[in-house]
Amino acid sequence: MSAKLSMDKLSIGCVCLPGGSIGNHTGAWRSMMPVFKHAACIGCRACELVCPEGCVFENPGKKHLVEKLKREIADRDFDPDYCKGCGMCAEECPVDDIDMGLEEK
Amino acid sequence: MAPQGRQEILEGAMAVAHAVARCRPEVIAAYPITPQTHISEELSTIVADGELQAEFVKVESEFGAASVCLGASAAGARAYTATSSQGLMLMAEVLWNIAGMRLPVVLACANRSVSAPLSIWCDHQDADSIRDCGVIQLHAEDAQEAVDQHVIAFKAAEDRRVLLPVMVNLDGFLLTHVFEPVELPDQALCDAFLGKYEALYKLDPGDPMSFGCFTEPDKCMEGRWMIHDACLRSAAVIEEVSAAFARTFGRNSGGLLEEYKSADADTVLVAKGSICGTIKDVVDELRDKGRRVGLVRIKTFRPFPRDRIVAAVRGAKRIAVVEKGGSFGSGGVVTPELKDALYDAGLRIPVSGFCVQLGGREVAPDGIQEIIDRVEKGEQVHYEYFRLKKAILPDLVP
Repeated sequence: MSAKLSMDKLSIGCVCLPGGSIGNHTGAWRSMMPVFKHAACIGCRACELVCPEGCVFENPGKKHLVEKLKREIADRDFDPDYCKGCGMCAEECPVDDIDMGLEEK
Repeated sequence: MAPQGRQEILEGAMAVAHAVARCRPEVIAAYPITPQTHISEELSTIVADGELQAEFVKVESEFGAASVCLGASAAGARAYTATSSQGLMLMAEVLWNIAGMRLPVVLACANRSVSAPLSIWCDHQDADSIRDCGVIQLHAEDAQEAVDQHVIAFKAAEDRRVLLPVMVNLDGFLLTHVFEPVELPDQALCDAFLGKYEALYKLDPGDPMSFGCFTEPDKCMEGRWMIHDACLRSAAVIEEVSAAFARTFGRNSGGLLEEYKSADADTVLVAKGSICGTIKDVVDELRDKGRRVGLVRIKTFRPFPRDRIVAAVRGAKRIAVVEKGGSFGSGGVVTPELKDALYDAGLRIPVSGFCVQLGGREVAPDGIQEIIDRVEKGEQVHYEYFRLKKAILPDLVP
């Protein structure tokens, strides 16, 4: 019975299974959007760790060369379905590689 | 305990406690507050004596009591609490959640004035204050009804068409602390009538789920509508359960309304709770003198029985609502809802709202008769604090 529960079709009491909040696209709340510059990023993953939505991730197959380190670092990106635009990633980035830009809707 | 199936002289609160025990709640959580305390005290004794297999959870507040009942109900247990006044106010946030999560918790409210000024005596402002949260509200006129409405409350709450909390209102002191002849529901009949509670969804570590989940604006309205719809549709279930209760136990304690000599009445009073006993006495006296007076008693205040009440007062020439509450800065609570129903039915019967008995001020039969006399002389008031003592008001009040 419970396997059918989701938030796509409401149940009595708005009951849902673990992971049910995936249906809630919090990205609609956003007014500011992170811009990952992929220039100075040293791959420390602070942005991934501080993101309250857990929606910053490593973009597979995409890399950038960091001159200072003389090696390639995997790009980070964010999931626009869930990013609320809180800016914590930009605030915490130790190399200032994330800007927050106004999102025009 | 006296043998079952016959009348005993019991204090109202004690009678309620024993009736609740016969409904076999599995979890009870309550915090003492006058005038409810005897209900939860007696239930804790019943559990401690091993007469009821239930967990009695001692909590730190009414917020805790309601929260324990929420969790217990979500885990599939039949859950019960009782409170009054400030205690109900402290439960308010949780009650919205219990209703929204569609959990059939049953609670009693021993109606008491809400501070300030501090008063421990009866009025309906506590219950009226939470009328909007999706809790079904029944009102008892005497101890027997308070007892019976608890059985009806569990049955209606747990009906799959309802799944909402039900609050049984009984007037503080006037019903909780008086000794009346009461027949407790027979245990075997009660067991057969209620059956075991089977939750639609329940918390289980092996099959985890969340209740009352977050909804985005694209879904929240539908979540709220389901509460409204279930509460509206519960009216039919309450009538059905009340009829079944009457067949099983032989007492007509439930239902939405009582129409007392109102069918041919020119003057109809509308009220809820124990004051209806006084009103009935006055109606009887005036009827003996040939005056066409009647009472329509609201037994279920939520859902508000609009259609039934319109049908019941349709033939009246004037209506006086006698209520123990009101909304500061607006007027009555029952009065405007009645007018709303009459307006939609195209009826322009003059309706007067009289606020009585706030903080336990007694209204004897002469007071009820004065109200009837005044409206029969053609007086109509929007909402009046009846027999307000202007002499004791400070000079600052004009």
